[in-house]
Amino acid sequence: MDWQALKVSLELAFWTSFFLFPIGIFVGRALAVRQLPFRPVIQSLIFLPLVLPPTVLGYYFLVAIAPDALLGSGWFWLTGRPLAFTFEGLLIVSLIANLPFAIQPVQNSFAAIDSDVRDAARVCGLNFWQALWKVELPLAWPGLLSAFLLTFTHTLGEFGVVLMVGGNLEGETRTLSIAIYDEVQALNMTAAGQMSLLLLVLAFVSLLLVQWKTQRFADKGQR
Amino acid sequence: MSDQTLLGLEASLRSTGQIPLEIDLHCASGEILALIGPSGSGKTTLLRSLAGLYNELEGYVRCQGRFWLNSQQQICLKPEQRRVGMVFQQYALFPHLNALDNLLLAMTHLPKSDRQTKALAMMERVNLAGLENRLPHQLSGGQRQRVALARALASEPDLLLLDEPFSAVDQVTRFRLRRELARLRKQIDIPILLVTHDLDEAMQLADRICVLHHGELLQVASPRELMQRPVSPDVARLLGLQNIFTGRVMEVEQDSLLLDWDGCSIRIAQSTSYELGQQVSWIAPPQSILLQRPDRPVPGDSENPVAGTLTELVVMGPHTSVRVTPNHAPELPLSFFIPLHYVERQQLHEGMAVSLSLKAHSLHVF
Repeated sequence: MDWQALKVSLELAFWTSFFLFPIGIFVGRALAVRQLPFRPVIQSLIFLPLVLPPTVLGYYFLVAIAPDALLGSGWFWLTGRPLAFTFEGLLIVSLIANLPFAIQPVQNSFAAIDSDVRDAARVCGLNFWQALWKVELPLAWPGLLSAFLLTFTHTLGEFGVVLMVGGNLEGETRTLSIAIYDEVQALNMTAAGQMSLLLLVLAFVSLLLVQWKTQRFADKGQR
Repeated sequence: MSDQTLLGLEASLRSTGQIPLEIDLHCASGEILALIGPSGSGKTTLLRSLAGLYNELEGYVRCQGRFWLNSQQQICLKPEQRRVGMVFQQYALFPHLNALDNLLLAMTHLPKSDRQTKALAMMERVNLAGLENRLPHQLSGGQRQRVALARALASEPDLLLLDEPFSAVDQVTRFRLRRELARLRKQIDIPILLVTHDLDEAMQLADRICVLHHGELLQVASPRELMQRPVSPDVARLLGLQNIFTGRVMEVEQDSLLLDWDGCSIRIAQSTSYELGQQVSWIAPPQSILLQRPDRPVPGDSENPVAGTLTELVVMGPHTSVRVTPNHAPELPLSFFIPLHYVERQQLHEGMAVSLSLKAHSLHVF
């Protein structure tokens, strides 16, 4: 078991889910509730990472973080570090790659809230933030949980983008899925098997958790 | 501006958006004003405009002397600043909160220590004591409606808006809830707007009725006046009134006029002036029509006698729907209801000759 790789994977998965959580709430809610101009365009952009080969996303990201490109030079100016082949670079591209997982479930659960219930909260004297906190978020929370867990699990399994952008630096950008690839290349099937089993179990448990919580919520008739 | 309108609701609204709306209305404190009209007539949009949920508007809304909307002065209060209580058509209870918490969430403007006591008292007032801990889905339709009403009143609003509040429950519950509202309203001294498409409901509960069509107010009147003196054939049709005809003015006297109705003379008590020869629309409301058997005449003069044939007789519960074709104009039948016991006693049947008497005082010229 490559413990370093496991640590990098878990950190990447956690921080990706963490930063995408509020983004998912506000973008997902806006897409569900507000009549945005260019909505199909925004929606398509968000879905793009789902269908794009990870190499394509990785390629464009590398172009964007080149030292003479805007993102690359801006980041260097801010931190004094380049983005390519670093954990931070990996995290940023991971945020982009996981947008559909972080937004779609949240958007669906906000869309499922009766618009009269939203209006009722305002008429009852709650301002926007109070209504969000006391009415909308409690009703949308299965979607929020799904978004968090799906993002987490999907990041754990991310391979192509990580390889393109992060490379394979031990303790910095080598994740578990890449370590598995390395072990298989070196014909260490036992080590690869252990790590694969771990990822399999993690993925299955978190999907099970999503299903179980969503089901219980529906059973309680709280929709 | 009179004191009465200052201390009620006063609104003058023009829509600037897609939905047509052009309305001036007022509703005094303690008054129930019913808004009726077909779907798409703007009833719900009007309520949402007053609540601050629809804002593509020009004009003003003033409630209890305070402007909620004044497009000239750039005033447009948010819904939570307006002190409105609203009962939504499907109640829109907060599904994750129990009945009591639904009320408490509407009381955030009160000191925390008062809320619990007041919420419990309100539950009692709408006959829901003991059901405080039930979630909305554990309540019956009628109970949910009561929670919605209690929640609307819990915020101690300056205006109560009811959007078809009885449409989502069964008939028996509907009657009970209407009675409860009729009783409850005596304790509420704020303007109440009731949207409904049910004319009976409006007649039973409202002090005045607004007839809406395509976002415009066609008539505002007491239920009695509305049924007897609808302002136009359109209003009469929206109210479901039948027997609307045209006629030509033949004679004008001080308090009545004589119409030529396709060859039959009809005298109508009316003080408004019309010109001789003018083409007018008139209506024979249900209460203006008397049906008799020609072989069993009722003693005394018959007003506006119309001879005809009974062409349709349909029993509908305790009432019977009757259609009579006048002899002088078979293409202009009159339809009305008579009690079933009358049909049985007079042994009425389809195809028999009958005579109608149209009471001059109950007929109405537009």
